[in-house]
Amino acid sequence: MSDVNYKEIIEKGIWSNNPALVQVLGLCPLLAVSSTVVNALGLGLATLLVLTTTNSAVSLLRHYVSDAIRLPAFVMIIASAVTCIELLMKAYTYELYQILGLFIPLIVTNCAVLGRADAFASKHTLAPAAVDGFMMGFGFLLVLVCVGAVRELLGTGHIFADMHLLFGESARSWQLNVFGADYPNMIFALLPPGAFIVVGFLIALKNIIDAHIKKRAEAQKAEPVKGSKRVRTTGSVA
Amino acid sequence: MALLNITSPHTHGANRTGRVMRLVVYATFPGIAALTHFFGIGVLINVLLASITCVAFEAAVMKLRQRPVMFYLADCSALVTGILIGVSLPAYCPWWLIVSASFIAIVLAKQLYGGMGFNPFNPAMVAYALLLVSFPLQMTSWPTPLPLLPDGQATLSLVAALDKIFFGTQIDGYSSATVLDIMKQNAGLTLNDLYKKEAVFDGRWAGAGWEWVNIAFLIGGIYLLYKKVFTWHAPVSMLAALTVMAALFYDSGSSNSSGSPIFHLLSGATMLGAFFIVTDPVTSAVSNKGRIVYGASIGVLIYVIRSWGTSYPDGVAFAVLLLNFASPFIDYYTTPRTYGHKKPRRATDSTPRDGH
Repeated sequence: MSDVNYKEIIEKGIWSNNPALVQVLGLCPLLAVSSTVVNALGLGLATLLVLTTTNSAVSLLRHYVSDAIRLPAFVMIIASAVTCIELLMKAYTYELYQILGLFIPLIVTNCAVLGRADAFASKHTLAPAAVDGFMMGFGFLLVLVCVGAVRELLGTGHIFADMHLLFGESARSWQLNVFGADYPNMIFALLPPGAFIVVGFLIALKNIIDAHIKKRAEAQKAEPVKGSKRVRTTGSVA
Repeated sequence: MALLNITSPHTHGANRTGRVMRLVVYATFPGIAALTHFFGIGVLINVLLASITCVAFEAAVMKLRQRPVMFYLADCSALVTGILIGVSLPAYCPWWLIVSASFIAIVLAKQLYGGMGFNPFNPAMVAYALLLVSFPLQMTSWPTPLPLLPDGQATLSLVAALDKIFFGTQIDGYSSATVLDIMKQNAGLTLNDLYKKEAVFDGRWAGAGWEWVNIAFLIGGIYLLYKKVFTWHAPVSMLAALTVMAALFYDSGSSNSSGSPIFHLLSGATMLGAFFIVTDPVTSAVSNKGRIVYGASIGVLIYVIRSWGTSYPDGVAFAVLLLNFASPFIDYYTTPRTYGHKKPRRATDSTPRDGH
């Protein structure tokens, strides 16, 4: 495992193996708390921290945990990490902690966390495991914030509301009123079915971009042949 | 003697879907006429705008999916969806409501599931329910029907209507609660007192204007039945179930009651639902027995939502969507017996058939 390709780990986490768009893991928090950008960002950051710490811890302990009991052991590690994050959020972002409520302890059950611990961290050394955890968490965070932005925009007509919950009082003025005051709020976008539809469209968008990239790569591969390709098959030039 | 040598099938109709859908379009004309008479030109603008946008969205998606555009437009199913949206949204509602309804119906509820024949939910009802949840205020402001307008006042002129729809110009006192709204908010009045107090009940059977709209849709539905566009099972069992429910809980008009059977049959979207929504061949159950179960469940649910639901006055859209969801389940238990077999085969039965 000496030749770890970090570029590939990063690319996989954000794009080609994105936990939310490709593995479709952790749908429950993705759909439930992505109604505004600040909620999405809060939960995304918490998940990112949890993924990085648990991946590192699992990687360090991987030789001391026997195969038969590895899953319970991983869950214990994850649960302790989540408890730490929960206490941290309680201390520093109490209002956001109250808004997110049950979904912070529920990070324990996010399949993306246990999935990465078992599929990657338990087979790799500390550094790649930590990078993988961070990039997977970052990919999840990106999708969460995108969904949150679309839903907040459609549902309330403004974006980046209540950012002071995460960034302090100076962030209170970040709110952008995109559609003006008499925008009729589309309540549906704030409800869970709206989240399903937004995630569906994001997955479709990713597939379109992938297809486009693939097409372009194939077009580049088929290099134009120089000179005439015609080959004389009959007779010979006298 | 030379005989033409043609193999079976010997009877065939060209473009059946297109013919059926065109008949459905014709059958909505009495209903549209009645709505226009009672609510004015806004109904026609609704229907026109919804039909144009639905067909446009259908054409756009077909182009994106690289399918023959004209072939699919010729089956007129997008036109039917457009007309149904046009008559179910309130007249004079803002234009963006119609356009988003068309987008939701055609793009989200129909084409994303695979297009004509593959959509599990009735597109027009998905659009209606989604918008009702999103914009309850705009979706429930029906204009005051003609009989209730003050003497000498007519429905809105074309210019005023276009102003209202496209520029959101407010018009004083143009909207009023429908009978179902009033019935829902009734607290403590017996039905006789309620009828006397509220002018909107000033009709022959079920409230001004709406009863005639429902009768007009009923006429359209009977025309479709006569033309054998659909079987009687689903609409009749839906209306029968609604009648039975209303009769059971009528208790001779106390304040707990939510209206007589005739009131429920002729108010809201009952007849439109029974003959134009419940009969949708794509989203309903397929066997005759299944359609009876399907229609009756919708009828019961409509009464339940109208009478005991917490927030929405009418329940046709929600009842239809719930049963759309359940129709594969109904089909599973109501598979008809095929000729030559003693009992029907379950859809999931994989044992070899007799004689194989």
